[in-house]
Order: sequence, then C-alpha cells, then structure tokens
Amino acid sequence: MPMTLEATEPKKSKDSSVRDIYLPPERKKVSGGGVPHVSAKNFSIYYGEFEAVKKVSADIMSKYVTAIIGPSGCGKSTFLRSINRMNDLIPNCHTTGALMFDGEDVYGKFTDEVLLRKKIGMVFQKPNPFPKSIFDNIAYGPRLHGIKDRKTLEGIVEKSLRKAALWDEVCDRLDKNALGLSGGQQQRLCVARTLAVEPEILLLDEPTSALDPKATAKIEDLIQELRGSYTIMIVTHNMQQASRVSDYTMFFYEGVLIEHAPTAQLFTRPKDQMTEDYITGRFS
Amino acid sequence: MNLGTRKLLDRSFTALGIGSIVIMGLALLVVLAPIVSKGVGALVFRETIEHRKLLSTEFHRGDGRELEKEIALSNGYRQKAFDMLAVFDQELEQMTPERQEQYRESYDQVKTALRGLLGPLPGDTDPELARNRYGQTRWDKAEEKLRELLYEQKWDYSNPDVIAKPYDVSRAPGFAGTSLVRLFPYVEQNLDKMLLPEWTFYWGFITDSSIDAHFFGGIWPEIQGTLFLAIGAMLFAFPLGVIAAVYFTEYARDGFLTSMLRSANSTLAGVPSIVFGLFGLAFFINTLHVSESKSVLAGSLTLAIMILPTIIRASEEAILSVPKTYKEASLGLGSTKWNTIMTVILPAALPGILTGGVISLGRAAGETAPIIFTAAVSVGTAIGLGDVLSSPTPALSWNIYNLASEHEAAAQIRHVQYGMVLALVTVVLLLNLSAVILRARISKKLKG
Ligand SMILES: Nc1ncnc2c1ncn2[C@@H]1O[C@H](COP(=O)(O)OP(=O)(O)OP(=O)(O)O)[C@@H](O)[C@H]1O
Ligand SMILES: [Mg+2]
Repeated sequence: MPMTLEATEPKKSKDSSVRDIYLPPERKKVSGGGVPHVSAKNFSIYYGEFEAVKKVSADIMSKYVTAIIGPSGCGKSTFLRSINRMNDLIPNCHTTGALMFDGEDVYGKFTDEVLLRKKIGMVFQKPNPFPKSIFDNIAYGPRLHGIKDRKTLEGIVEKSLRKAALWDEVCDRLDKNALGLSGGQQQRLCVARTLAVEPEILLLDEPTSALDPKATAKIEDLIQELRGSYTIMIVTHNMQQASRVSDYTMFFYEGVLIEHAPTAQLFTRPKDQMTEDYITGRFS
Repeated sequence: MNLGTRKLLDRSFTALGIGSIVIMGLALLVVLAPIVSKGVGALVFRETIEHRKLLSTEFHRGDGRELEKEIALSNGYRQKAFDMLAVFDQELEQMTPERQEQYRESYDQVKTALRGLLGPLPGDTDPELARNRYGQTRWDKAEEKLRELLYEQKWDYSNPDVIAKPYDVSRAPGFAGTSLVRLFPYVEQNLDKMLLPEWTFYWGFITDSSIDAHFFGGIWPEIQGTLFLAIGAMLFAFPLGVIAAVYFTEYARDGFLTSMLRSANSTLAGVPSIVFGLFGLAFFINTLHVSESKSVLAGSLTLAIMILPTIIRASEEAILSVPKTYKEASLGLGSTKWNTIMTVILPAALPGILTGGVISLGRAAGETAPIIFTAAVSVGTAIGLGDVLSSPTPALSWNIYNLASEHEAAAQIRHVQYGMVLALVTVVLLLNLSAVILRARISKKLKG
C-alpha cells in the first residue's frame, strides 16, 4: 500500500523536549500520561496447541493512543481481546507469561474479570448495539453497575453521547431502537456505551473497517478527542489511520511483536526490515 | 447454463413453490371447512320449544311469560294428537286379543317416536333421565324423529349374498280402519306448530355445563379443563425448559454427560404420547402420590414432561441464534454472565422461545393419550381453580374421543362432538394467535 506520510513527516525542529516519546509538533504531550498502563512480559496466547501470540513484551503508555498493525491473522485481535479477557469466551484459549494492568495480574487467580472489563472497555469491529433503545443501550452499563436514578442516568447518557459526538444527531430520538441508526452512528453509539461505564482503557478492534470515509473521519476525530483522557488501543489495517491517530504503533507479524515504537518514528525510520516492508506495502 | 434456461428454471421453481402452497391451503380448507361448518351447528341451529323449556328449567334462562304463551300455543296442537292416542286406546280395548296383538308392536313404536318428538306423553310417569324429560330440542333432529314416526324401518334379507339393506315402510296403512290413521298426517303437518322452531345462537354451548351426559347443555367443563391442563403444563414446562436450554447453551461443557443429556432429550421428543400417559400414572400418581387419583395436577405434570423436549430444543435454537456480538458487548461492559443472559440473551431469544412455547401449548391442549390415565374424566362439572390439585376434569380432546366411541347414544349427539372439535381447534388457534401476536410485538420492539 503506497503511503503518504505528511502527518508524520519528521520536522527538523527539535523543540519538543520529549525524550521517551517522539511526537510530531501537532501532537501535544499528555500531562500525567506516559506511564505503563498495561505491561506484557513474555506473554503468549494459545488456541489449543496453536500459539497465536508469541512471547510479547511491551508497555502500553497511559493516556496515549497505541495502534496495532500487522497482516491479517497475525494475532492483533487476539492480543487486544486478551487485555480485557474477552478471550475467556473461547473455550480452549489460554495464556502464559504475565499481563499486568495497573500493576495487577490480569490473569491472576483472584482477578475479577467482570471488574476488569468495567475498567477496560472494548469496541468491536462490527457495530453491535443491543436491540434496545438508544437510551437503554448507553444506560446498560451504568444500570449494570447499580445506577438506578433516572436523572443520573439521563446525565450519563447525555455526557457519553456528547463525548462520542453523537448527541446532536440522536438527542431527539433516544427512545428509538438503536438498530435504526446508520453504521457510523451505531459505531459511535458503541463508543458512547463503553464510555458510559467510565473505563480507563478503550480497546478498539478495527472500529472503522465497516464504515464509509465520512463516518471513519468522525471516529478518528473522536479518538483525538478522547486521547489524553483514556488509554486507547486501536487495531487497524489502515496505515494512514494508524499514523493519523496514534502516538505509538505496535507491528505484529505471525504472532510476534516485531516493533513497538512511537508512531512518527516507526513510520519514518522503522528499525526492522519487516516493518519497513510492511508499511511500504511490499508485502501484505 | 445460459440466461434463458436459468430464468426458466427460476420461474418453474417459483411456480412449484406457489403450487405447493396452494395445495397446502386446499388441504387445510378440506380439513377445516367441515369442522367449522358442522361445529357451528352446535351453536347455531333451529331450536324447538323443548329447548326453550330446557333452558328455562335447567338454566333459568329466557323470558318466562313468553314461554308460557308458546307452551299454551303448542299444547293446543299437541292435545289433538294426544286425543287421537286416547281414542285409539279405547278402540284397542274393545278389540279381540289377536287384533290387539297385531297393532301392539307398531303402536309402541309410534308412542316412543312421539315421546322422542314431544317429550313424555300424558299418563307417563316422570322420567328420570333428562334426555327423556324433553322432546327434540333441535329441529333437524325432530325431522329425523318424524320419519321414525311415519315409517317403519324394515330390513331386506332377500339377497343372501349381500348385507341386508334397510328400507322404509309407511306405518299408516298398517293402522287402516282404525282412528290412529289420522295421527300420521296430523303430526306431519303440524309438527312445526307443536315444536315452534326458531333460529337461535346458543352461546350457552360454550358456557354451560352439560346435562345428562352431553345430551343437552354445553361444554364449558371440557373447555375449562383443556385450558387448565394446557396452561398448567406450560407453567411447569416453560420455565424448566428455558432454564435447561440456558444451561445447555451457556453453561454445560461439551462432554460425555452433556451429550448424553442432549440425546436423552431428543429421544424424549420421539416417545409416543401414550407412554407418557402411562408414565404419568405410574410416576406422578402411584409413586409420588401428587394426588390420590386422576387430577389436573397429575395431568399437567404429565403433559409438561411430554412437551419439555420441544421447549428445550426450540429455546436452545433461539438462544444459539442470538448474535454472539450481543454477548460480547454485554460482557465487555462488565456484565456478569448471569446478567448478560437475563438482560440481553433471553430478551433477544424470546421470539424464538415463544414459538416453541406456542407449538407446545397447542400440543398440550390437543393431546389425548397422556391425560387418559392422569386427568380426564368423561363427564363432570367444571372444577374450581382451587380443585386443580385434587380433582380430575373433563377435557375436550378426551371427550371428543369418548363421545364418538364410548357414549351409549353417540349417534344422537353428533352435533356436540362437532361442536367440541370446533371448540378445541378454536382454543388451540386462539392460544397460538395470542402468542403469535405477542411474538410479533416483541420482534418489532427488538428490530426497532
Ligand atoms: N477462536 C479461535 N480458535 C482458534 N484459532 C483462532 C481463533 N481465533 C483466531 N484464531 C487464530 O489465531 C490467529 C490470530 O487471529 P486474530 O483474529 O488475532 O488475527 P488478526 O490479526 O486480528 O487478523 P485480522 O486482521 O484478520 O482481524 C489466526 O491464525 C487465527 O486463525
Ligand atoms: Mg482481527
């Protein structure tokens, strides 16, 4: 895939004094961010005998956006889903090594995966609103966690929808079924629904692959809005998207984490030959 | 394959489809039309004054004063016939014993036919059975009875190679020369004045209890019994079935035990219903003693066991057809498994689950064999809701069979059978319809 890299063209000016992160000037440093939020150490994920993710070691920085790229079947989704233990749904899936979230072992014996998922929200490739009203979709999470008061719920619904840049489009039909929304709106609804639970981390698995360019742009804008408030991980096949929205990029190949670096650096001066081949479209 | 052939194939398949649907519709019509047309006869018919008398005495219904007037009117005409009988009685006394003997048999038949038409004759003792206390309540039956009065049925044995054939011989010539000869044309001409037929809609057929083993009255106890049994069965089977389906689909690990349970369930669905009936008797009544003998409770439990596999299977399929994404979305928001099942999966699966429920409900209402030994009695009054634990009940399915094959006067109450069949079909259709509507509403809500 031929690429344009204007957005991440390295600037000569070295005035941004960030050492640990190489940010282009238009991307501001996030205050209070940049500490490891999720850390993997020799972390492997198996489907039965098959090792889908191989001995990954990486730190995901808090409040920044991390993109995960790689060819199809390289284990991106598997890795992403392992962070909030959605892989538990797959019967023969198990892990080795360590995955820490906020210093806690995600796969620890005493970890409450329900609580974990409340803190680590996920938006899926295909928009998956419940067959309920827009309001009930957003209120689903808060209700789950014990909020019953109508006024409070209304507040949360509005706030979440505003954060997801959907409020203006749906505020007059909150009681209508969410399946009546367009694909792009549904996807933003799913983001809003996740935000309503006030997670710390937002996992997005190809959130725009089912959307048209306009809806995609909206989601990308949304990610920019949310950057700095949430730790965001996004799986994408669109390398322009990765370079546009992310601060860090992880490149996976056949289950191995080949390179993990600040986006601007990875796309301009990849350290690994394979990364270079991939981002310049020499293989897919 | 070229375009022309493809289109032709496509068209012929469409035609085939339409054709089979038309055939199905016709078959349905062929089955339903007689049920409806004959069954309606139990409700809409020409009732005679005897029916109005019956309603007034047995159910205290109708306008008493109006009835008195009608009775007076019809009695005027009846009296003339009775007078003819009285005159003939006197004539008979003066005859020689041989001549008496000559008339005896036919005369008795005449009187029996007349009793059948008009009720007890003057001088008769009050009959014990209700069927003998009243004349013909339905005009169509009265016309049949009139034939019995006018004609004697004889059998033609002349050809020994074939089964004897009946043929009618007019009675009047047999009484030639006596005063009774006048009776036949008189009754024939004045029967409508003696019975005063009127078209009526007898809604009591649905709401009344029967009198004298379904000779008169309605079928409410049967309808109610069927409803009790079917709903009772659902009360047990539906929650149990849905819970089992949830277990199978969401909790059970694929293993030996699960696959055993699954195949047991499939096998259960294929067991003949009479086996369930015997099982119900042996297990619920004789072993568990849920009731001393037949009861609605025992019948409901038996029916519940019978429909359980259907409900489980339908629910399983409905749950499995809920998109996995709903589950992922819910769990991803920090929902527990149980909560996800209750708030997302079951609501989304509900239309499918209800469909299974409807099919089962119809089956529970219609099955005969399982309730023969566990719940059904042939004749009975409507039981109260408080009696379901201990009392048996009449039920439509069983009574249709019973009336057709066991009743001592089955031929005379065919209209009641047809009425029951219609009632059963209607009950099942109504139950289905309500569930279909419910299903449609839920589906609509889910689709938005
Ligand atoms: N449920 C599963 N059972 C067994 N193997 C699986 C399962 N899900 C994924 N895999 C395998 O694990 C590997 C990684 O799959 P994964 O879905 O993580 O890839 P991906 O990078 O997300 O691909 P894509 O870009 O196509 O979404 C693949 O080889 C896939 O075949
Ligand atoms: Mg994927």
